[in-house]
Amino acid sequence: MSTATQTPTATDSGRTPSRATRLLGDRRLPVLVTATLFLVMYAAGLSRYANYGFGEPQVFLNLFIDNGYLLVAAVGATFVILSGGIDLSVGSVIGFTTMLTAWLVEKQGLPVLVVIPIALGVGAFGGFLMGYVIHNFEIQPFIVTLAGLFLFRGLCLVISKESISIGDSTVSSMAQAQASLGVGFLSVGAIVSLVVLAVAFYVLHYTRFGRRVYAIGGNEQSALLMGLPQGGTKIAVYTVSGFCSALAGLLFTLYIQSGDPLHATGMELDAIAAVVIGGTLLTGGSGYVLGTLFGVLVLGLIKSIIQFEGTLSSWWTKIATGVLLCAFILIQRAMTTRKKT
Amino acid sequence: MAEPRPVLEMTGIVKEFPGVRALSGVDFRLFPGEIHALMGENGAGKSTLIKVLTGVYSLDGGTVTLDGKSVRIASPLQAQQAGISTVYQEVNLCPNLSVAENIFIGREPTRFGRIQWKQMRKEAAELVDRLGLDIDVTAPLSSYPLAVQQLVAIVRSVGTGDSDGAGAGTKVLVLDEPTSSLDRDEVLELFRLMRQLRDEGVAILFVSHFLDQIYEICDRMTVLRNGALVGEHMVSDLDQVGLIQLMIGKAMDQLEGLHEHQLHAEVGEPLVRADGLGRKGGIDPFDLEVNKGEVVGLAGLLGSGRTELARLLFGADQPDSGKVTIDGKQVSMSAPNDAIGAGVAFCSENRKTEGLVPDLTVRENIILALQAARGWTRPIPAAQRDELVAKYIKALDIRPANPEARVGQLSGGNQQKVLLARWLITQPKLLILDEPTRGIDVGAKAEIQKLVVSLSEEGMSVLYIAAELEEVLRLSHTIGVLRDRKLVARIANGPEITPTRILETIASGEHQ
Repeated sequence: MSTATQTPTATDSGRTPSRATRLLGDRRLPVLVTATLFLVMYAAGLSRYANYGFGEPQVFLNLFIDNGYLLVAAVGATFVILSGGIDLSVGSVIGFTTMLTAWLVEKQGLPVLVVIPIALGVGAFGGFLMGYVIHNFEIQPFIVTLAGLFLFRGLCLVISKESISIGDSTVSSMAQAQASLGVGFLSVGAIVSLVVLAVAFYVLHYTRFGRRVYAIGGNEQSALLMGLPQGGTKIAVYTVSGFCSALAGLLFTLYIQSGDPLHATGMELDAIAAVVIGGTLLTGGSGYVLGTLFGVLVLGLIKSIIQFEGTLSSWWTKIATGVLLCAFILIQRAMTTRKKT
Repeated sequence: MAEPRPVLEMTGIVKEFPGVRALSGVDFRLFPGEIHALMGENGAGKSTLIKVLTGVYSLDGGTVTLDGKSVRIASPLQAQQAGISTVYQEVNLCPNLSVAENIFIGREPTRFGRIQWKQMRKEAAELVDRLGLDIDVTAPLSSYPLAVQQLVAIVRSVGTGDSDGAGAGTKVLVLDEPTSSLDRDEVLELFRLMRQLRDEGVAILFVSHFLDQIYEICDRMTVLRNGALVGEHMVSDLDQVGLIQLMIGKAMDQLEGLHEHQLHAEVGEPLVRADGLGRKGGIDPFDLEVNKGEVVGLAGLLGSGRTELARLLFGADQPDSGKVTIDGKQVSMSAPNDAIGAGVAFCSENRKTEGLVPDLTVRENIILALQAARGWTRPIPAAQRDELVAKYIKALDIRPANPEARVGQLSGGNQQKVLLARWLITQPKLLILDEPTRGIDVGAKAEIQKLVVSLSEEGMSVLYIAAELEEVLRLSHTIGVLRDRKLVARIANGPEITPTRILETIASGEHQ
């Protein structure tokens, strides 16, 4: 008689989703929204500041030049967030890298080509250590990378309490090098950041490692039971983030031409904001590194527009970022709840 | 059917946990091209045996032979590489990835390290097609219902162990309770897939609580009891009654006696009266009377208001109308605390989320409600506490009989007993049991029903809610029938009341 009390089950729900739910469920949607937002903002800037030269191609290219380091840091953060983690140490590692680089070049007189691999190695090793602790001791990434944040910021002050400006000729020639594109030019930093973006895209979509990042972000327990080396992947993800932070630090050094213990304070939050605005879910497993590019561009564009406006204080950048972030998190929420039903 | 050489042979398997011997010298064989049922009550060692086989647990003794070669399986990955794949009750896939990726992840086709997406999708589509499934492999897994996800998990495990995904790699497929959340059509689709794989020579180990399904699909079965092997039988040689006897080790007909007993039992004076008690959106106003020592059963479909009625009586939801009188005194039911104070206990149907604290020990869980009733300023003396706990562990036969065991590690039936013990220890006047036998095995079901009868004999009133009408009929003196959030009939139980008549009442909404 238990048949009489069987639960009615909705077998067909979800088998043939309607067009609207399909669109809402599409993982590319947030990236499209961000790209559209960027275009709308750009068009608005064009119509408002056309007479002030906003339409110059170089204004657009400057977005890459002025935000190249942020793009690199955000790409690293994308890996971490896709895997379901978080990395709060990004800004400190960037600041530490500027200090380390400036100190090694200026005070120790090491050639730049030797300093670069050292700096990258230190950043990657820092990321590796944090990943190792997170995986092997099963500690929340939030806490471990928070410890990293304090550690690296403190190490800056161990090197020097004062800012160190760089007068090395190799560094300044690298900083001033320009690649002409006909209508404008890109700096070394911008080109490096675009290469990093391309490599990250390839790794995330065309290598097993990249797919494992998505898998453990989707469901870590499942990934383990599916026989994926989930621990190694997690450690690698933080190593990638540490490496990207160090590279971002080098680009930042090139951009500012000095090391300072307070450089890039809080930049991890800019990077996370760019990743989220770019449509990557903070819960992990869903998002695109291309979205991160648009996230960085949107943040950069807000800065440019405020500069063109002239009268606005630069704090409006923060306010606009806050509003956008809030809006995008609400969109994410709507998407995830939709998926569950 | 049975071929001369088994593909898998486990001999003398021993697995020990602190204080418990989960498996003591179990032998188990699996032949290629068969569907083999692993049977046993909760806590008999089924899950442990499967976890040993799939590398989740390491074994403490015995040998595992695969294809005639002795193997050591230390991790799920090693098991997969050896050709043993498992599909668990909860689908262990990544919902954010596409179906094709879920099938192939970890062994994607690559050239110079670059994933060949086209080839992967093509192979996935071919594999799905060969198994006769209609699934778009490019869609994200989350766009499919659970049943399809389960099938995808099987497709994945069939492909695993073989780098080109042709499906020759998997020798043993373990299906651990795959059907528990599927409806009939979905089960049939699963069975069709299982038969096809069996015919391709895969050995399938199938675990299910549904005896009918075992008889429908399986060829042979191995029965475990208390961590030991009871026997290995062809399904066609053993009927359901025989199987149940093997599983619980004693005859089932003792339950029949319960019914007779209840029909002749006397009940005392009124204990609880609800007058016009109701809540909008929960249940329409109802009158209900429960006498001392009486078992009132509630029958009705899921969503008919059974649980809502119970929650009102316990003060878990606030009524908008009516009043409750217990022992002649009106009680304001504004919070569960009021109900507990008045001697009402409520065992929720969701024992995991609303009842037990899985990380606490058996002792702590049992003592929880009593301590709450005394208030935190008056701790129960340790000696008295230990004595009480020991008494109830013994009375309810909770296994393992270790007060320090973590409740989360107990089997479903034993968890239910711990929850019961917690409320019994407060010596309630009215015990509300919401689906106490759901998801637990036959033996524990019988024990809990016997317990209800003996409690009512001692004068405790019981409100018994169960999906299975037979249970309600067997135990109740009075049966309340619910339909569409209304208490439509109250029927005095008697020899002439049958499940069919109750069903008619549920269907028509009135009792003739």
